[in-house]
Amino acid sequence: MKKKKWPETWRTINPGCMVLDAGNARTYLTGSWKAERPEWDDSKCIKCGICYIFCPEGCVTENEDGLFRADLDYCKGCGICAHECWPGAINMVEEG
Amino acid sequence: MAKRVGMEVGIAAAEAVGMCNIDMAAVYPITPQSHIAEHLSEIVADGRIDAEFVLVESEHSSISCISGASGTGARVYTATSSQGLLYMHEILPIVSAMRLPVVMANANRAISGPINIWNDHSDIMPQRDAGWIVFFADNGQEVVDMTIQSFKIAEHKDVMLPVCLNMDGFQLTHTVELIEFPDQKKVDKFLPPRKPFATLHPDNPVSMGTLGMPEIYAEARKAQDMALINSKQYILQIWDEWEKMFGRRYNPVETYRADDAEILMLTMGSMGETAEIAVDQLREKGMSVGLVKLRLWRPFPFEELKAAVKNAKLLIVTDRAVSFGGSGGPVYIEVKAGLYHEKVRPLIYNYIIGLGGRDVPVPSFVEIFEEAAQAAEKGVVKDYEYYGVRG
Repeated sequence: MKKKKWPETWRTINPGCMVLDAGNARTYLTGSWKAERPEWDDSKCIKCGICYIFCPEGCVTENEDGLFRADLDYCKGCGICAHECWPGAINMVEEG
Repeated sequence: MAKRVGMEVGIAAAEAVGMCNIDMAAVYPITPQSHIAEHLSEIVADGRIDAEFVLVESEHSSISCISGASGTGARVYTATSSQGLLYMHEILPIVSAMRLPVVMANANRAISGPINIWNDHSDIMPQRDAGWIVFFADNGQEVVDMTIQSFKIAEHKDVMLPVCLNMDGFQLTHTVELIEFPDQKKVDKFLPPRKPFATLHPDNPVSMGTLGMPEIYAEARKAQDMALINSKQYILQIWDEWEKMFGRRYNPVETYRADDAEILMLTMGSMGETAEIAVDQLREKGMSVGLVKLRLWRPFPFEELKAAVKNAKLLIVTDRAVSFGGSGGPVYIEVKAGLYHEKVRPLIYNYIIGLGGRDVPVPSFVEIFEEAAQAAEKGVVKDYEYYGVRG
């Protein structure tokens, strides 16, 4: 299927907003409306992974150094990671 | 050859559905629609058509059920009335937004309260903005013809919208009329099997009814609005095709002795036929009156309405529902707004008539015409009034 430019115009949108190909959730970036985003202070991080476990979106992943980051294309800014991070390594920062 | 038979209109509506090669129907019975539900279930149970008739526990389920089936590519049907239609309300805008073709008959009945099973249009008016194509039939023949047309219109590849065909409860649904049933072979030719845009099937997965975030929601709504507005051209095409095959002409705005009329009345549904008799009587007395009958309620036929009323001095809009605390009945509000930008436009009066089965016989239409004509002559400017209400 021809790749469309996002966001689409009213003329190019599929009838009824139907999605005509499978396995498309990855291409639908749903994190645009967050008011705050998490920022990690790696100096405080003990690499316990509690942020990774608690993220309801599954958008927190571990990198090669064992540190954690949220994929901001999907993060809704709920702040659960910051709330659960008992060493206080995550700060919620207002979106600019 | 087409057969002419005397038949109750509700039964005839079900018979017409039986000619449309439907795949499934889910109908919850409610007065005065019940005869449609019962007779269609008989047609299926007797094996006359190869279709599923799904027993559902409510109207919320019947509309949901047929919409899901429509998503699989099936040709589907339901029918309802009054509180049943109101119970469907949550689902109605979803069906149109998902661009699912379905056909639904609505046997117009008053909504509660007080509880009332008789005819008016207060059930369909709250569904005005649900994004459906909405038709009104005047008589039994139109119910049969428009039922068949509705499937073709709903399923047209550039329409893909649900259609609601309104027929007045009791006045139409329970009246025996002489109806010409079209030849089945011709109907099959007019209405070939549905060719869906996309179908829910595991071999080729698609998603319907998806999330639309703030970046796309407004575009989706405009696309839907344009789809409904653009559907009119295909409705007109399909009506042309119907006329060529079956000889009967359908128009978004029908007129009766209206061309040279100074005073026009606008009606929707079966009361138009009664008003025609009043027009004939007043014409005999030399009064320049005529009738405008709105067949297409959504998308609203603004151009056709403007053309029909452009020479009139007075337009009497009749409403069969109340918009509480508004500036008039729903039809009046629409008509008045539609004519606002016209440089020359008639004086417009609004009579709310025939609520909850209150009969409006020919002499009442004559009285409305005469009363309105006298007021218009004095240049009285007025908004809506309830006709024949005591007190």
